Amino acid sequence: MTFIIASLIKIVIVFAVFMTTLAYLQWVERKVLAHIQSRTGPLRVGPHGLMQPLADVCKLLTKEDLLPPYVNRFFYLLAPFIAVCLALISISIIPFGPEITVFGTRTDMQISDVNVGILFILAIGAVSVYGVALAGWSSNNKYSLLGGLRSSAQMISYELPFTLVIVSPLLLANQLSFRGIADSQAGYYLGFIPRWNIFQMPFPQIFGFIIFMIAGFAETNRVPFDLPEAENELVAGFHTEYSSMKFACFFMSEYANMVTITCVATLLFLGAWHPLFPAPYSNWVPSLVFLLAAILCFYQLTSPSPRRLDRITFPIFGLVALVLAGIWAIPQFQFILVPIWWFVSKVGLLLFTYIWVRGTLPRFRYDQLMHFAWTFLFPCALINLLLTALLVAIF
Amino acid sequence: MIDTVLFIICAIVAVVCGFNLVLQKHPISSALSLIGVMSSLAVLYLLLGAEFIAMTQMIVYGGAVMVLFVFVIMLLNAGSEKASSKSWFAQIAGVPLLLAFVGILAFLIRGVLPPLGTVAFGSWVGGTAEHVGQLLFTTYLLPFEIISVLILIAILGAVVLARKEID
Repeated sequence: MTFIIASLIKIVIVFAVFMTTLAYLQWVERKVLAHIQSRTGPLRVGPHGLMQPLADVCKLLTKEDLLPPYVNRFFYLLAPFIAVCLALISISIIPFGPEITVFGTRTDMQISDVNVGILFILAIGAVSVYGVALAGWSSNNKYSLLGGLRSSAQMISYELPFTLVIVSPLLLANQLSFRGIADSQAGYYLGFIPRWNIFQMPFPQIFGFIIFMIAGFAETNRVPFDLPEAENELVAGFHTEYSSMKFACFFMSEYANMVTITCVATLLFLGAWHPLFPAPYSNWVPSLVFLLAAILCFYQLTSPSPRRLDRITFPIFGLVALVLAGIWAIPQFQFILVPIWWFVSKVGLLLFTYIWVRGTLPRFRYDQLMHFAWTFLFPCALINLLLTALLVAIF
Repeated sequence: MIDTVLFIICAIVAVVCGFNLVLQKHPISSALSLIGVMSSLAVLYLLLGAEFIAMTQMIVYGGAVMVLFVFVIMLLNAGSEKASSKSWFAQIAGVPLLLAFVGILAFLIRGVLPPLGTVAFGSWVGGTAEHVGQLLFTTYLLPFEIISVLILIAILGAVVLARKEID
């Protein structure tokens, strides 16, 4: 009984946080892209455009839901459903923190611990091609079809380096479950170098991490590999014919895939929730970061700002940061909150990298994309795997 | 309890998808039905405790193989099949012959194969990656290596054929 109640609570928390993240990730992306391009981004709805995601959701929900007469109706309706379901399912096996005891109940900070976790992620990734491919085919539109074809070809090609590079951290951890992989990265060399897989002896997985991230860009159809929806060639690619909530489903699945890939990268390479410094010091890092943010907010008040609204918003943001610093400083809560903070900050950093790359790099040409996968990324992943296997076997 | 419910649901889905695979006119519909069969088989493996096999089933059959099928169908843009007029022999003898074939098959399976005993959900352990790996590299090492070489030969053959096409 306690198991069911604990699971229900965890599912509700994870679902709420995940959905909010998906909505606000889009706000963050627009803001970061805007600032990269010297614009301001969304600013009208709420302070600094913070209510923009809510407005977008309302807009998408109330828009007219068009069903073009020339589409293959069953598959046209099935495709966004497949895409969004498969994208949202993966979060259920991602662990966010260590095993904890709350009110006398021992529970994992994870919805379910599957002992073939990493294979589950690969299986979901392999099947999620169908969402995009079917959407492209059933739309009965040459641009959509081209988008769908490109997407399938791209995902088949990049799945090879993606899968090969995942094997190396598995060799180091000797496990398939995410919890086991995360636990194998606890501890420090010489008392200060964390045993994350990118620093792990005998063969640090830095190259593996880079290859994983590049293949991850391609697997999630993000710039510079966003050929399935290349706007200036294919209108909008595979989702040209979709409107309203069906379009929102594809949009949501893209962001959900991004979050999943960054979570997996954190778990496999960046030491999951294990902090950068040994325990007694690292517990205070979150509080310090929030305190710094609060000081920065209040410092902004001393210089005259061109916007009058900032007089109100900066103290509010400062106060929020102060309260957060206070919460993370309470020793009774630290065993839950500190690991989550480290995990979320690593994932956030990787997500920022995704957005940063989108703002910086141009799109690949299609033949370059294929050449890059087969003649560069695949051999690199293979060499990385062989070296790791050799060194693990020797030591 | 939940095992039985899941088994019944997945078994029904597998059988319905199997029939649908043959009955559908359009190649894409057939391919998707096949994916349905593969996925429900994966769930059945999972119910029996073979989690590694279940996930491999999804990755290899549900993912890689069927994505290639769908890709080729989409690339060739194959349309619906047209029903050819059946011959008088097929119209008369088709159903009885099919029933006879299934009957003989069932009789042979019951008579020739040794009794397998009953299956209980969740009672079997040995489906983890460790167990499968150990078996592959001890008991079944030779078949495993022979299959690897066979697949390598197939890949080389594909490469040779593809090169000829370009020249």
